[in-house]
Amino acid sequence: MAVISPVATRQAEPSRKRRRGGHRLVPIAGIVVLVIVAQILTTAFSIPVYIFPAPSDVVGAMISNYPLVLTHMWPTIFEAVMGFLLGNSVAILLAVTFMYWRSAERMVMPMAIIAHTIPVVAIAPVLVIMMGSGFTSKIAVAALVCFFPTLVNMVKGLRSADRQSIELMQVLSASKTETLTNIRAYACLPFLFSALKIAAGSAFIGAIIAEWIGSQQGLGYLIIQTTYSYDTPLLYVVMLAASVLSISLFSVVATAERLIVRWKPAEDS
Amino acid sequence: MTVVTATVTEIDELRVSDVTVTFESNRATVTAIEGLSAVFPAGSFTSLLGPSGCGKSTLLRVISDLIQPTEGTVNLFGQSPREARTTRKIGFVFQDATLLPWRNVLDNILLPLQVGGGGSITDHADPHELLKLVGLEGRELAFPHELSGGMRQRVAIARALICKPKILLMDEPFGALDEITRDHLNGELLRIWRTTRTTIVFVTHSIAEAAFLSEQVILLAANPGRVQEVVTIDLPQPRELSIRDSMKFTNVAAHLRRVLEVC
Ligand SMILES: Nc1ncnc2c1ncn2[C@@H]1O[C@H](COP(=O)(O)OP(=O)(O)OP(=O)(O)O)[C@@H](O)[C@H]1O
Ligand SMILES: [Mg+2]
Repeated sequence: MAVISPVATRQAEPSRKRRRGGHRLVPIAGIVVLVIVAQILTTAFSIPVYIFPAPSDVVGAMISNYPLVLTHMWPTIFEAVMGFLLGNSVAILLAVTFMYWRSAERMVMPMAIIAHTIPVVAIAPVLVIMMGSGFTSKIAVAALVCFFPTLVNMVKGLRSADRQSIELMQVLSASKTETLTNIRAYACLPFLFSALKIAAGSAFIGAIIAEWIGSQQGLGYLIIQTTYSYDTPLLYVVMLAASVLSISLFSVVATAERLIVRWKPAEDS
Repeated sequence: MTVVTATVTEIDELRVSDVTVTFESNRATVTAIEGLSAVFPAGSFTSLLGPSGCGKSTLLRVISDLIQPTEGTVNLFGQSPREARTTRKIGFVFQDATLLPWRNVLDNILLPLQVGGGGSITDHADPHELLKLVGLEGRELAFPHELSGGMRQRVAIARALICKPKILLMDEPFGALDEITRDHLNGELLRIWRTTRTTIVFVTHSIAEAAFLSEQVILLAANPGRVQEVVTIDLPQPRELSIRDSMKFTNVAAHLRRVLEVC
């Protein structure tokens, strides 16, 4: 006789939970192991600090240069966040315009695709020459790298609304705008947020690359300075700072998504 | 005030006259329906039964003004499909519930009153009463993903009824549900039909469902879609699920099956 035991399933519960908790510790353990191995190797083989600094050297550089790095973080944050807002806003507005005006899409999309194929490192000097070495050119580069993925995702997202809900709106004699605000605006949100998560990283890449070209401040400037002066521990600190900034903006976007897109049943991530 | 155009005569039924629908694409021309005529009396329950591709969905789309017929006319109680649609005389239930996942049950039911000029409709049903009617009392604030497939379809029915439509078009509304839920909802639908006195046009693939629900079954043949036979189901009303065990029901179903075989 096949008897399904409720006891067995109940026992399975806590062990599954424990395993899920364990999953969260694995990446952290990986980083800890990597740091320890790096420390041991650099000490054991006495690798020169300017080639590969020991984690302890990096921590030392962090403590002694803390105010310097912080000073140079603010311009980069400003440029990246402004670029993020600008590039994404323009992309969103453009995608919505395309919904009303098909020929605008056929006119703008090829240009956007061509602009996207030009590497950022090639387009940044052009913009710096055009707009000067102030904030404007950095914001422009950051905006540009955010722009394209968001545009493509938004166009796709607005069209992703299922055929039947569009048909429902037709039966209800809804206008184009009503369909947009009641259906498409929501259907596109998962697409938009995955684009914004990509943009959170690219905004900082854009800002930092623009700072390489011509700047007296910012993390990009600091990267150039530390590279030429072989201050490798400080270079690593800057690298970590840039990474922390990207992750922070990413987390803001991810949190916003979790708060806004509440209708989706929770997915295991 | 409704505008009565000269071309549409005052009648108290839904009348489809000589409707032909052809789809033109650059590859081929498909005649989905050819010269189809049918009458759906006020307050009646009619099923459309036929093989896949015989134009059942197409016919509903013509009635609800989603597409225009190539030839022929549709008269809904003295209105053209366009007028009937814009004045919310038509309720539509799809195979999938098609609820907006970002709206709770109550807001989904209220959608027809919020778009397409629905705000001016004063003679609408009470959403809470409707939820009681479809057996979802107190679930106003639930979200679609918190409901079962059967419950979602009940919400879709409530949404279709909010504007007190004269006609309820249902395109395989229970086709995606399991048999137990389907049987249960069939019983519920008959009760809803008796309460609201709405004219129902119900598309199905199931002979048993058509025989159990309908007063008349229109059997359609394919290629091109046309009426094969109209069968009046004279089983007693109100019907209970147990009627399906009776000899009379078996005979009706057998007759429908025989006609379908030649469609
Ligand atoms: N938009 C369209 N363009 C071209 N052909 C179409 C279109 N819609 C339907 N057809 C064709 O019209 C015919 C009838 O389609 P319809 O969807 O009405 O059938 P149906 O009876 O609802 O079938 P099913 O039971 O499978 O839902 C089919 O041959 C189909 O290919
Ligand atoms: Mg169909």
